[in-house]
Amino acid sequence: MADKNAILAGLAEIVEEETGLETEEIQLEKSFTEDLDIDSISMMTIVVNAEEKFDVKIPDEEVKNLTTVGDAVDYIANAAG
Amino acid sequence: MSQRLVITGLGATTPLGGTVPETWDAALAGTPGAKTLEHEWVAQYELPVTFAAEVAVEPSEVLSRPETKRMDRSTQLGMVAAREAWADAGLKDVELDGERVGVSFATGIGGVWTLLNSWDTLREKGPRRVLPMTVPMLMPNGASGAISLEFGAKAGARTAVSACASGVEALIMAQELLETGQADVVLAGGTEAAVHPLPLAAFANMQALSRRNDDPAAASRPYDVDRDGFVMGEGAGALVIETEEHAKARGATIYAELAGGAVTSDAHHITAPDPEGLGATRALRRALESAGASAADVSHVNAHATSTPLGDVPEYIAMKAAFGDHLDNVCVSATKSQTGHLLGAAGAVESVLTVKTLADRKAPVTINLDNQDPEIPLDVVSGTARELGAEEQVGICSSFGFGGHNAVVAFRTV
Repeated sequence: MADKNAILAGLAEIVEEETGLETEEIQLEKSFTEDLDIDSISMMTIVVNAEEKFDVKIPDEEVKNLTTVGDAVDYIANAAG
Repeated sequence: MSQRLVITGLGATTPLGGTVPETWDAALAGTPGAKTLEHEWVAQYELPVTFAAEVAVEPSEVLSRPETKRMDRSTQLGMVAAREAWADAGLKDVELDGERVGVSFATGIGGVWTLLNSWDTLREKGPRRVLPMTVPMLMPNGASGAISLEFGAKAGARTAVSACASGVEALIMAQELLETGQADVVLAGGTEAAVHPLPLAAFANMQALSRRNDDPAAASRPYDVDRDGFVMGEGAGALVIETEEHAKARGATIYAELAGGAVTSDAHHITAPDPEGLGATRALRRALESAGASAADVSHVNAHATSTPLGDVPEYIAMKAAFGDHLDNVCVSATKSQTGHLLGAAGAVESVLTVKTLADRKAPVTINLDNQDPEIPLDVVSGTARELGAEEQVGICSSFGFGGHNAVVAFRTV
């Protein structure tokens, strides 16, 4: 599960489902709030769905540190070991 | 305020069709909306009632995927109807002052699917899996809030919650916003999406639902001697209501006048209607009074007529008390025979049908009326749709709900 490309693809599906953005737009350097216009409730929805999909825990206090898609992919990759 | 209020836009998604034109054509032809349910949960829970009137067009076919994720099914249906009404009123690309635009939308139960699915998630997967959008999705004002966002309506987004009277009550609340000068335009209506095993089981245990599992199309039969309960339905109806001044200034097409309306409460029993129909009679009389009309002006009633053995009779008694001998000259349509009972959306969809009846001067049919109950000697439109004359017509739409709620609106041809 530490394959970052697989994590990015899985995360992109979750973001697409929540926001309607095309999966191709969900790239590592994109900021959730600045580029993808994702509000806090949507972000938490993405986090809850990502926890289930990747079988990881992302504590609430960590979520504010996940500025970009890449931050989230790194966090999930580390948490999944 | 003596400002006239007019209807300039209509929207609906119902068991008869995904739009007003589709629903209306089906209603004139006489189309049973009830079908055997094909969901796994019907057999899983061995439900005593295995059919209902689900919407003809799934909201997911019309809305974007994120919209279906972020809105409960009831809000989804409300949004579909509201968008149709807004576009029908010619307001889609019109810049309105949002502070003069209001919303008044109804539901009987609210986001029951979201509430119960979230409870399943909590029990099966734990609290962390409960989605953050759960509360805004399940709250009964979810549809009014979402619709106010959609159209930038800032004059107030009201929610009518009075069980099966909700849809009509929402129109009366809209009327208040307009008559008190708080808004020039109000998007009013109601929605319901409660074809879920829990409400089905609960209504069945109240002995409120028809058990005609072997023939769903014949199950909703208001006024027929063999009626045995209502048929659960889902859907939404929406109407754009404006002050006449505002509508005329922008050259809008006017379907009918919203002439008046009234609510009363029985204070008799939490579910049973007053057997003498006293509260319903008062609502009918007060609605006429507020419309500046007399009983003799009424030519059509889209009745509540749910097809329960006990409910249809008191409504007749109330009509007889309110209209007297003139009742013989009133043609009555019981469209729940086709749509099933849309609970909190019923009065909204039936108001849309009443407005269409006046605008097209054609009353829709009541199906399954094989042997009319001799206790209810109404002139029921059955067989084929009824033409109304070219003279001025007043049409009534009435809805009654658990809790003893009575809500009646009166429309007039223009």
